[in-house]
Amino acid sequence: MNVRVLLLAIFWANQALTQGFSGLGTEAEGFAMPDPQHVISFPQDHGAHPDFRIEWWYLTATLEGDDGAQYGVQWTLFRSAMRPGEGEGWQSPQVWMGHAAVTSAEEHHVAERLARGGIGQAGVISTPFETFIDDWQMLATGAGLEDMTVRARGADFAYDLALHATGPIVLQGDRGYSVKSPGGQASHYFSQPFYEVSGVVTLPDGPVAVTGQGWLDREWSSQPLAEDQSGWDWFSLSFDTGARLMGFGLRGAALFTSATWIAPDGTPTPYGDGALQLTPLNHVEIEGREVPTEWRVALPVRGVDVTVEALNPQAWMGVSFPYWEGPISIAGSHTGRGYLEMTGY
Amino acid sequence: MVRVETVSKTYRSGEGPVAVLSDVSLSVGSKETVALTGESGSGKSTLLHLIGGLDLPDKGSITLDGQEITALGDTARATVRRDTVGLVFQQFNLVPSLTVAQNIALQARLAGRFDAALTQRLIDRLGLSGMQQRYPEQLSGGQQQRVAIGRTLANHPKVVLADEPTGNLDEDTGDAVMSLMLDLVAESGAALIMATHSNRLAARFSRRVHLSRGRLEAA
Amino acid sequence: MALLTLLSHWRRHPGQLVTLMLGLALATALWSGVQAINEEARQSYARAAASVTAQSYDRLVTPDGQPVPMADYIALRRAGWLVSPVIGGHVQIGAERWRLLGIDPLTAPQGILPQAAGESLVDPTAFLTGPGQAFVTPGVNIVSDQREMPNFVPVEGIAPGLILTDLSVAARLLDQQDPSFLTILPDQPAGLPALAEVTSLTRQQPSEDRDLSRLTQSFHLNLTAFGFLSFAVGLFIVHSTIGLAFEQRRPVFRTLRALGLPLGRLVGALMVEVTGIALIAGSVGVFLGYFVAAALLPDVAGTLRSLYGADIGGSLAFRPLWAGVGLLIAMLGAWLSAAQAVWKVARMPLLAPAQPRAWAMASAKGRRWQVAGALALFGTSGVAGATGGSLIAGFLCLGALLLGAALMLPPVVSLILAGLSRMVRGALPEWILADTRQQLPGLSLALMALLLALSANVGVSTMVGSFRQTFLGWLNQRLVSELYVTAASNGQAEEIRAMLAPMVDATLPIAYAESRIAGAPGRVYGVADHATYREYWPMIVSVPHVWDALAAGQVALINEQLSLREGLSPGDPVRLTNGLTLPVGGVYSDYGNPTGQAMIALSLLRDRFDDVQEQRTAIRIDPERRGAVIATLQDRFDLPDGAVVDQERVKQASIDVFDQTFRVTGALNVLTLAVAGFALLASLMTLATMRLPQVAPLWALGQTRARLAWIELGRSLGLVLITWAVALPVGLALAWVLLAVVNVVAFGWRLPMMLFPLDWVRLLGLAVLSSALAAAYPALGLLRMPPAHLLKVFSNER
Repeated sequence: MNVRVLLLAIFWANQALTQGFSGLGTEAEGFAMPDPQHVISFPQDHGAHPDFRIEWWYLTATLEGDDGAQYGVQWTLFRSAMRPGEGEGWQSPQVWMGHAAVTSAEEHHVAERLARGGIGQAGVISTPFETFIDDWQMLATGAGLEDMTVRARGADFAYDLALHATGPIVLQGDRGYSVKSPGGQASHYFSQPFYEVSGVVTLPDGPVAVTGQGWLDREWSSQPLAEDQSGWDWFSLSFDTGARLMGFGLRGAALFTSATWIAPDGTPTPYGDGALQLTPLNHVEIEGREVPTEWRVALPVRGVDVTVEALNPQAWMGVSFPYWEGPISIAGSHTGRGYLEMTGY
Repeated sequence: MVRVETVSKTYRSGEGPVAVLSDVSLSVGSKETVALTGESGSGKSTLLHLIGGLDLPDKGSITLDGQEITALGDTARATVRRDTVGLVFQQFNLVPSLTVAQNIALQARLAGRFDAALTQRLIDRLGLSGMQQRYPEQLSGGQQQRVAIGRTLANHPKVVLADEPTGNLDEDTGDAVMSLMLDLVAESGAALIMATHSNRLAARFSRRVHLSRGRLEAA
Repeated sequence: MALLTLLSHWRRHPGQLVTLMLGLALATALWSGVQAINEEARQSYARAAASVTAQSYDRLVTPDGQPVPMADYIALRRAGWLVSPVIGGHVQIGAERWRLLGIDPLTAPQGILPQAAGESLVDPTAFLTGPGQAFVTPGVNIVSDQREMPNFVPVEGIAPGLILTDLSVAARLLDQQDPSFLTILPDQPAGLPALAEVTSLTRQQPSEDRDLSRLTQSFHLNLTAFGFLSFAVGLFIVHSTIGLAFEQRRPVFRTLRALGLPLGRLVGALMVEVTGIALIAGSVGVFLGYFVAAALLPDVAGTLRSLYGADIGGSLAFRPLWAGVGLLIAMLGAWLSAAQAVWKVARMPLLAPAQPRAWAMASAKGRRWQVAGALALFGTSGVAGATGGSLIAGFLCLGALLLGAALMLPPVVSLILAGLSRMVRGALPEWILADTRQQLPGLSLALMALLLALSANVGVSTMVGSFRQTFLGWLNQRLVSELYVTAASNGQAEEIRAMLAPMVDATLPIAYAESRIAGAPGRVYGVADHATYREYWPMIVSVPHVWDALAAGQVALINEQLSLREGLSPGDPVRLTNGLTLPVGGVYSDYGNPTGQAMIALSLLRDRFDDVQEQRTAIRIDPERRGAVIATLQDRFDLPDGAVVDQERVKQASIDVFDQTFRVTGALNVLTLAVAGFALLASLMTLATMRLPQVAPLWALGQTRARLAWIELGRSLGLVLITWAVALPVGLALAWVLLAVVNVVAFGWRLPMMLFPLDWVRLLGLAVLSSALAAAYPALGLLRMPPAHLLKVFSNER
């Protein structure tokens, strides 16, 4: 057994293994299930939901350096429970995983941290909001999530950013209940897509002052994927108009898509399966896999028909369970920048 | 001196008991020399072994110098063997680790009647002077047999039993050894019984008896 | 066809075949048994070295060895340092004591969990939660007790005696939440704060002292030497039996040659025969060796644990490579033993007379060669002993001495017999002596084997006896105090001393600090100025008024190991820590401790060292009042079991460890002697059949069989007596080499040699008994032999 195998099993990214190992989704295990009646409320829903199997705090940012170059930054904290609830000290069933990355057109730096719950090495506090694993942290400097600092460090990179929200928190799906398959698999999901970001990214060549936009996703569930679904492609697009578009497609027997149109004032409009059209245009080969790093994204009902292209097609997250995550540029009916995540390739 | 009365001896073999001697009787007086002839396997050696007390008959009695050895125990028979009998074998049977002189003196010394003068005389008579410090394996066959004869006679035996003593020697050497032995035995006054299958040699003895299939016939 | 003719010999001499097979099998068994043990140990060390326990990573520990507070761990992680917690300890499950290692797979260095365990074995939920999973070496059976045990999963590659599990399981079983230590991962992020700014924990380098294979080298070399000795003794049997069988078949060889069999074919057939026999006997030997090893392994494991803290499993794995090597060794041994005989056959003139006794006649020339060889070996031994500072040189010295003595034995015995034969009078004694000399070449190999075994026995038992005596004397000197108390902390120890001071004669703190003495890790102890030390401390050499100088902080005492290793004598400066170098005031003996040690004044230790450990206190008290003091201590302080021990218990524990250490040596010693006894039996039995022509004439000349049988028995005993007498000085020389050369290199201490004449007498008794048994059988055969059998010697038709 090595750590990698262990982690593959613990986290849900590799669906086949996950379902093979513990029959994900069986309620007999005692995990809480996403509830369409649940009303998302703050600050408690900023914190962890240990009765759910999986949860994340996911920040991505598209940045521009004072050197004129484009950068992308990712900061993620995953929580996975091996059984529901908390435990004393080492007996805690909660496992935490942090991913951090900095991407430029030429470089892609990744780091990963793991921790068990119960001992204070990693965790989330809802008020005042703080998430941390080791010396990585994302914490509020004021009330709610409006002002935050984020930092992380890997063997060959580091960043330290300040965030300021210019819009409200947006509930995804049906008031935060986000359906993932025709069979009804769902999660609780909300975002803060309106961060202004400034700070310093340190690369092997030295520190770079950066500014840009950030997007925080919060999601928790116990039954994320349907049995036939092998992975997803997730887009967060920030248009130059000030509007935002969140969209994803879950690849199963049939493609299942979902999208939320977010007006510049933060008013969300959810769109169910089929409204969003996703077409891969160009593939690159990464570690023996064919990964589509150029897409056509269309939401005809909103007049959106754009082509997105990776800033760095090699933005591969070679961590315990590998996936693709990187900044993209948008052209077509709308322009702007965004982030793309692709799993299951 | 030697009286053998109705002695029988049977050996066990793979094909059942084999009668080696049946009802053999023989009487040998002092100073008498007897040639015991017969084919190979006729029982000559067995008879000599019985007379020498090396083995016991199944039936009958043997008396040596007035002592009925067939009635004696192992230890007493060994004593009779040591004090009364002299044995000369075809294979010489010298003690390889002892010198010629030591071999000749061995039995007399074991019997506690070592006579240095007699021993020296015998060595001279046997033509072994100058070889006293040699070891048996350094001697020729004839020389070895002369040592064996010396060993026997140095002990003043009353009876000398010789089992084809020249059988391993060529004819000339055998004749020489035989003459020497007969002379020396005659000088010592001992009786001599010798097994041989040579009629030529037998002619030189005072009496001759013939063994055939375990039965004794006067020749 | 030639081969069949040759082999027919064995059908007619089954006893000879059995002897040959048994000799070769025994030789192979002891040799391969020892090899199996060594191999098992090597594998264990390799496994241990490959696992976390090897300290291949730096560690963070508390200066006092207490668990690392969880807050310290979290502080390090929150500062960005990649450190991983480990909870380790020992746990008693049923009758077995296990080393338990709880790791955190989420933060541990990659590859810490055994790779062999495939995905199918792993249930991460089961590993990290609930009762948990634990990996153990395959083949062990853990009987769980009432505690909540993890599920034990056998996995190749786990060190024997180790339970590798998740931290949460270890925490539960050991009832310890805080990590025992932290592993520092080799690759750390850029730009971290300095370790010292983040934590007060001590960084520990992977210690070279834990290099088990180096530490235990002397022990394994020792085993190998014994295995080799046994093998050599066994080969003596093989050599003499093969020699006899070849000699008896000389007429057959001659006939075969006369019938037109080419010499090459004959030699080839003989080689095939020897090889076949070696294969069969070698297989039996390897089989037996496996059992020898399995039987000895628990003792060996005990020894290694008590001497070096090395854990090897109590169970033995069967390794095909090992078995193959064992077979090969058997084959080589058989060829070596047969070489001389085959050479003789090859050179045999076609018409040479068949002389079944000729092989026994060693020429004077051969004897001169033996003496020359022996002298050369003695020279080698002397040179190796005088110049060598290494274990190999020590054992070369031993081996050459033993082999030389063995070669020297036949000439010496022959000389003694010659001397005796000039002294005795009487035909029978003369014959006995002459005949014994005659018999000597046939017996000399067996006697040489016996000499080897006896010498080794005398040598090893003298060494162990001297060691034990010295060790006991030293224990008595060093453990003078009546009670030893271990407190939970320095502070508590202080309280205990304060409380006891009015009640007892003296309270002597046992204070030390870990340091690097003369550059290598070691402990520096501080001693109070007290008569206890002045009177009893086991000094080897010292300057005048050493205790006054010590109390004044002017000198340091060092242990013998350090003195020998660094070549330090009184007056030489020794560096005790940064900025503290003192002249050596004296050297004391310190058995059983593999590392260097120094003693300075207590006040000096407290002034100049950080992290002085003072939890232990020695208490001088009227033995009668011990009970009261123990009761008071337990009343006032919450001391765990074992925190207060009295002198007897410490001594007994030490002696137990000592005896355990040499148990295997003892067992091998007995086995070697047994093989030598068998060699003697084999030789006497084969000789007995050839003795008939020598003995029968005496019988015919009027000696009784009983008397001749007694003579045969007495002759064998006489030879054994002479061998024993020669073995004594050789054994003592051996002991001296072991004590003065091998021990110094292997352990770092020199021991005085003591003599144990009672042991020699016992050994003589044993040797006489075994050889009487060996000689009794042929003698009894002679006694019971029917005259007809003896008469065959005289029969003309033979």
